[in-house]
Amino acid sequence: MSDTASGDQAYRFESVPGVRESLRKVDYLADEGIAGVVYLADRLGKPVLIEGPAGTGKTQLAKSVAEMAGARLIRLQCYEGLDESKALYEWNYKKQLLRIQAERNDGTTWEELEDDIFSEEFLLTRPLLEAIRADEPVVLLIDEVDRVEVETEALLLEILSDYQVSIPELGTVQATQVPLVFLTSNNTRELSEALKRRCLFLHVDYPDLEREREIVLAKVPGVTESLADQVARIVRSIRQLELKKPPSVSESIDWARTLLLLGVDQVDAATATGTANILLKYQSDITKAVKEFEQDTSLGGDAAGAAAGAGAAKPWQRNA
Amino acid sequence: MPNDVALDRADRSDRRLAEIGAGVALTELLSGFIVELRAAGLPVSLTENLDAMAAVQHIPLEDREAFKYALAATLVKNAAHWRVFETVFEVYFSLRGREFALTDDQMAQLPDLDELMGELAEQRDGERGAGGTGEQLTPEELAEMLYKALAQGNEAMLKALARQAVRRYAGMEPGRPVGGTYYLYRTLRNLDLDGVLDRLMQQARDSVAQPLTSLEERLERDEYEARIDQLRKEIEAEIRRRLVADRGVEAMARTLRKPLPEDVDFMHASREEMASLRKAIYPLTRKLAVRLARKRRHGRKGPLDFRSTMRHSLSTGGVPVEPQFRYPRPSKPEIFVVADISGSVAAFARFTLHLVYAISHQFSKVRSFVFIDGIDEVTRMFEGIEDIGEAVHRVNTEADVIWVDGHSDYGHAFEAFWQRWGKEVGPKTTVLLLGDARNNYHASQSWVLKEMQHRARHVYWLNPEPRSYWDTGDSIIGEYTTFCDGVFECRNLRQLEGFVDNLV
Repeated sequence: MSDTASGDQAYRFESVPGVRESLRKVDYLADEGIAGVVYLADRLGKPVLIEGPAGTGKTQLAKSVAEMAGARLIRLQCYEGLDESKALYEWNYKKQLLRIQAERNDGTTWEELEDDIFSEEFLLTRPLLEAIRADEPVVLLIDEVDRVEVETEALLLEILSDYQVSIPELGTVQATQVPLVFLTSNNTRELSEALKRRCLFLHVDYPDLEREREIVLAKVPGVTESLADQVARIVRSIRQLELKKPPSVSESIDWARTLLLLGVDQVDAATATGTANILLKYQSDITKAVKEFEQDTSLGGDAAGAAAGAGAAKPWQRNA
Repeated sequence: MPNDVALDRADRSDRRLAEIGAGVALTELLSGFIVELRAAGLPVSLTENLDAMAAVQHIPLEDREAFKYALAATLVKNAAHWRVFETVFEVYFSLRGREFALTDDQMAQLPDLDELMGELAEQRDGERGAGGTGEQLTPEELAEMLYKALAQGNEAMLKALARQAVRRYAGMEPGRPVGGTYYLYRTLRNLDLDGVLDRLMQQARDSVAQPLTSLEERLERDEYEARIDQLRKEIEAEIRRRLVADRGVEAMARTLRKPLPEDVDFMHASREEMASLRKAIYPLTRKLAVRLARKRRHGRKGPLDFRSTMRHSLSTGGVPVEPQFRYPRPSKPEIFVVADISGSVAAFARFTLHLVYAISHQFSKVRSFVFIDGIDEVTRMFEGIEDIGEAVHRVNTEADVIWVDGHSDYGHAFEAFWQRWGKEVGPKTTVLLLGDARNNYHASQSWVLKEMQHRARHVYWLNPEPRSYWDTGDSIIGEYTTFCDGVFECRNLRQLEGFVDNLV
């Protein structure tokens, strides 16, 4: 497997810090783990399966890598009911029919005709086939792969492990070059072992405080450092509550934009509760967060600590 | 000092390892590592093993973090397994740090940090004009430095202090057969981190002119808590390092082995494990729902519909060419959950309630009852509430389940159930009984179950105790088993999942 990858082609990336640096240039702030896996994906010639909560930049990673490598991004959006003809290839029936009609009078034999209509000319390529037939560098993004049924996953296996597609009438189409492949999953269901085995696994979680602040700074033009810092800290605090859907990075960015538009530069409890609907997407979550903040205001002082303590166990007490 | 003996041994084993050729050592090390991962329950296949070997060749070995991520990307394919992986990694590569990384910060910077600490201590001495050298910090001085380091968020200092604290308070002796948790507890007890947090907060309040708003206060607290958590991790790592040095890698890997989330025993889960279990339960319910939906969709063929087949045969002159089938009517079972929520099995009951409610839209009706020695219906507490956690909390606080003394009395609870709701149990009902059947030597009243089994479609019992404990002491599960359609051991998520899967 790694042979096909390393083959005679040169590696795209020099080193892990190099990857990190170039990603930063296209405004994607990768941490050590993310950069490391992207680097390994290139070196080992293996696809990357990215998993994690929604809105943490899984799809964006593929886009940014494409931008950074100067490659074309080919995207396959997965959905329930996706099949071969949408993912791999399809025969162009209309064109085939035309050809048959046109040649009816020429006296060509059936065999010749059959050979003819099942040639590449009549093949409609779909994203997967297109990705491996491309001459220029490409990045293939298979988005939300957990949405297809388990049976459909099997379609992907051949292309993921050997970078080839077998078409019964034509034979096997080999990749002209090994594309970088990213699969994303929201983990709504367990993916099959076969698929996981073929991929490098990358779990993208909510970023830590520092990184979130940097992301907000990078993605929201005009935001001040202190506002970014407050946004990151408040978001971290909210994530510690037990919520249905904790705020993700994209939501913190939206929130920072909102605050910027409102001309806020010092976030207080009132502003936070007033704009909580940007951060949280469920009414029950919003109620909870607002309650949490209001509790603080009404009781103040030590009660705030008690509320925080109730929301999440004090970390150092867990095992003691 | 006995601790230093352990460290000496660590040094020696380091040197010995360094002498071995890096290539051979690495391959061996990795296979040992993978064997341990498998022993901990991670499914590592041969291809993944090979991938890991290939991956580390592309990674500069002196970069410990990169090395870790390279292994993780190739070997761990499930985010829930990350913690287990991390523990094994830390054990396996804690002493080998120096072999891979000459610049391993923790090892190499140690002397500097000791100096740093000495200096700081002297400063303090100067300020106070009291005696004492950097070597013999008094506990108060150590606490003071800890406080300073936390206030400034000085990571290097925290690391050094964690070492110092372990050396001083953990009382580790080579060969002493106690676990790491014990040492951790001893160290933390001496550090009084709660007190430190209070002091930090007080200081934060004092440092600004106007009083902190509650939001600011909260944020400050989060920040300090994060730092203290960091300190705790450092202390844990230091204890682990010393234990590994003392007992050897394989032995430590065995003792520190953590179960995967799906194998964590409900009854003995730590608070941290509980949290991860709660997280794991949502994907589980989604998975079950998807599987259910698929079953419904695929099972499109019911039994032969004779009448319809005959009608269709008219067009073919009475020859039934095209057999017609009935549409399947998937049974939508009603579920009655009757759960013991007394202290001994509360954690388990809570999880089962979580699970049942999360998939409740798959069933036409789910009703739940909780009991200790009295019984109460709690279905309404789940209605219209999106947050299951809150509902469970309400159940635990509001349900009227105490009849006499608040000790489990299955017999009375069942009797009361039968009197009040017995008529509503019908042929579509599946009754799920949850509990350990430890009846405190009360009467069993097993006739209720007999009646129940007679009237209901199924009666199942889930017991969170290991099978070997059944029918010991005051457990009378055997007596109830006679009248159940199935009694299952249900100690972890894996078993629970298996049960629900069969149920639907």
